Amino acid sequence: MSDSSTPGHAATSPRTGSSVLRQIVGGDVVISFLAVVIALAIGGVLIAFADEQVATTVSYVFARPSDFLAASWEAVSEAYKALFRGAVFDYEADTLNRKVRPLTESMTFAIPLILAGLGIAVGFRAGLFNIGAQGQIIVGGILAAYVGFAFDLPPVVHLLLCILGGALGGAFWGFIPGILKARTGANEVIVTIMLNWIAVSLIAYVLTLGRFNASGTGLRSPQIDSSAAYPPLIPDALFPGNTFRLHWGFVVAILATIFVWWLLDRSTIGFEIRAAGANPHAARTAGMSVGRITVLTMVIAGALAGLAATSQVLVGGGSLTAGVAATYGFDAITVALLGRSRPLGTFLAGLLFGAFQAGGTLMQSVTPTPIDIVFVVQSVIVLLIAAPPLVRAIFRLPDPDAPPRASRAATKEAAA
Amino acid sequence: MKLELRGITKVFGSLVANDHIDLIVEPGEIHALLGENGAGKSTLMNVLYGLYDPDDGQILLDDEPVTFPGPGDAVRAGIGMVHQHFMLVPVFTVAESVALGYEPAGPAGILDLASARRKVQEISERFGFDVDPDALIEDLPVGVQQRVEIIKALSRDAQILILDEPTAVLTPQETDELIKIMGELKAAGTSIVFITHKLREVRAVADRITVIRRGKVVGEASPESTETELASLMVGRSVNLSVEKSPAEVRDHGLVVSDLTVLNGSTPVVDRVTFEVNGGEILAIAGVQGNGQTELAEVILGIEEAAAGSVSLDGEELLGRTVRQRLRSGLGFVPEDRSTDGVVASFSIAENLVLDLYSTDEFSRGVSLNLDRIAQNAEARTKEFDVRLTHIDDPISTLSGGNAQKVVLAREMSRPLRLLVASQPTRGLDVGSIEFVHKRIVAERDQGTPVIIVSTELDEVLALADRVAVMYRGRIVGIIDAAEAGADGINRDALGLMMAGVPLEDAVQQAAGHRSVLASADAAAEGKDLT
Repeated sequence: MSDSSTPGHAATSPRTGSSVLRQIVGGDVVISFLAVVIALAIGGVLIAFADEQVATTVSYVFARPSDFLAASWEAVSEAYKALFRGAVFDYEADTLNRKVRPLTESMTFAIPLILAGLGIAVGFRAGLFNIGAQGQIIVGGILAAYVGFAFDLPPVVHLLLCILGGALGGAFWGFIPGILKARTGANEVIVTIMLNWIAVSLIAYVLTLGRFNASGTGLRSPQIDSSAAYPPLIPDALFPGNTFRLHWGFVVAILATIFVWWLLDRSTIGFEIRAAGANPHAARTAGMSVGRITVLTMVIAGALAGLAATSQVLVGGGSLTAGVAATYGFDAITVALLGRSRPLGTFLAGLLFGAFQAGGTLMQSVTPTPIDIVFVVQSVIVLLIAAPPLVRAIFRLPDPDAPPRASRAATKEAAA
Repeated sequence: MKLELRGITKVFGSLVANDHIDLIVEPGEIHALLGENGAGKSTLMNVLYGLYDPDDGQILLDDEPVTFPGPGDAVRAGIGMVHQHFMLVPVFTVAESVALGYEPAGPAGILDLASARRKVQEISERFGFDVDPDALIEDLPVGVQQRVEIIKALSRDAQILILDEPTAVLTPQETDELIKIMGELKAAGTSIVFITHKLREVRAVADRITVIRRGKVVGEASPESTETELASLMVGRSVNLSVEKSPAEVRDHGLVVSDLTVLNGSTPVVDRVTFEVNGGEILAIAGVQGNGQTELAEVILGIEEAAAGSVSLDGEELLGRTVRQRLRSGLGFVPEDRSTDGVVASFSIAENLVLDLYSTDEFSRGVSLNLDRIAQNAEARTKEFDVRLTHIDDPISTLSGGNAQKVVLAREMSRPLRLLVASQPTRGLDVGSIEFVHKRIVAERDQGTPVIIVSTELDEVLALADRVAVMYRGRIVGIIDAAEAGADGINRDALGLMMAGVPLEDAVQQAAGHRSVLASADAAAEGKDLT
């Protein structure tokens, strides 16, 4: 499944090889990859900078530079080793379950990032800067949790209804900025940011209401029924006695990724979304209703963000708290950017960020490096993605957006 | 001053824009540089003006080799350039514009505008320019703005003046005036390099003609050559300039537009426009850019809203219907600005070919796109319209302008049409593509479709139209039957006058008593052809 391929990009294409090469050399994939590499390198410098041992050796760096280098290498490699152990495979653990557990943790963290990231990505493709995933997650969470604890239903049906509730809640919260933009031209960035705050107040209020506030604290809803929780994904038979948190929400994330790929690349709706995003004038001239596309896109984006909430609420013993969205709504923007707004790219970027989160925790506990370094790495990635020309300049890559020099000269000629 | 270019070569990546070009411009000569879009004319002039560094070759002024690291050096050496898109500041006066770039300053560093004004007046009087040094640029008509650019060049003592496609933005009358000015300048000893792809003008003004094709000089021609000879030289094969078409077989049904008004704020941009187009005829809407033609076309499509009036096709009212309904009911629409409204640059050629048809049963099942059909359609259409491409899945931005335009035409003309509206259908195209596009439009007419062509090119209007409606400030000044257009050029002149707002009858009368430079040149050439 190559999500970046345009319709009809079958294997029959005679120039598949060169096109792949062009994509890799001049394309976005390389930029994303290099952005991560540079961000990790800058993170490494900061780790060394903050390390006490390195600070000591730096005082006599001219006398014995090897000490300084060794100490730096030690600090950076230890930190990144811990990051890897916490995120992928803990080779120092004693049982197989413990060795594999970090990867399942990364995948668990990745679920909401992937789902909300997909929502942001769909918006980007339509030319909409949807900052509202945070609010959409919250409202989706409220609905999912309510269906989860208030109804008594058979297992599978209950879970499916809760998922549907989450999607509907998010979709509703996305519909508002969509319809406002379509009808009045209200800027979606501003409206979604305001709606984020409204959602924060809304959930604080909801938690003080009747059934949500069974405990009387106003902080936490009742636990959802076990019939509404995602079952564990990895069966006990495979890893006996495992305590993995990874659940079927990950399958939802995979399905959502496939759905978004189909939507964008294979459906008439996606054709409209992409056309309106790339050139709204031409879309309008071709008879598309850009307003309708805006509303539809925001509803889909909101529904995906709402699904992100279900992975947080619908777990065994889960309940709704004011912190249900954590910072997923904002991290999702980075994920979508890093994934170049492509479904597969967003999925992989979500996994990477999930890994950072899982690994950062272990890194903080076994090395002197604080988890904040992970935020620095994420922030540097945003900066680099937002400034692709910078990355191109550093690595002297050609600009894929500009026509080749030859045709640019021809364009000039034509304009003259 | 004599200018000589020897073996100028300029390479961009794999494209050789200029390939060992030799050119000699004698003092006091009007030398036309003729070539299609993309032939390398502008590149050559940008090398001469110091904007590009040549990869090889020499520039000689009065037999002395010179190099120009930048435009400033070229200006100091006596070379002036008037770009197609004027480099003027709208809120400056004429004098300020002329002073811009080499501001004359008094002892205390104070701007000496008085000397700039004097200079404008002096040059203006010498060549009969009639330009007020204190007028604001934004208040001046395009033709006068161009004169300001020429004054600017002359005020820096330009001995060689490069005019890059100077007539592209002018009405026929303004073109006439420019041709007179060029004559005056020539008489005063200024050499002029005149870049163009318009054959008529070249024959009317040039002393010598150098034809460039694909970066190479393919020949020199004398102004006595016929247009067909020049066109063949320019394109590299024989071309048929006139559009062959049989007399219109007019049918009853068609488009009826009555009292149509479009407002921009409270000012009407289309003002109570009324006309009919019958099946099987081509109505051309002529006029200088920005007189309401764009809005008229867009209100027929439905992306612009009408304030009053009606547009009915075969008796059905179109106003009030959505764009999609109109397109699906048989309206073919070729937008004026291809890159903004006609195609989505990042979409593939195949996707662009179904941009307004993707959701029909032919190309989709439910909400799922039928990629096979879309690909088949692309293969068939691109073959039929001879679109030169590498692969139908390549982004359309990889195509040249002419081929992209063919994609738009192929999309809009490949279904049964009840009305075709094409704005500037050949803008920016080379001669070969223009020929093809014209043939297709005439073929559509011959099938009985009513056709509206919006064009600012009078040559195109006269070649295609059965009737010509001239728009000026949102109104239709008059409608002329193109079949009456004699070879004596009366109608061409009348149309030109109407484009400047002169009512139909006055225009015809005035035109009968006056003959434009271009029309005279035509008549002279025809006389020669007969003998």
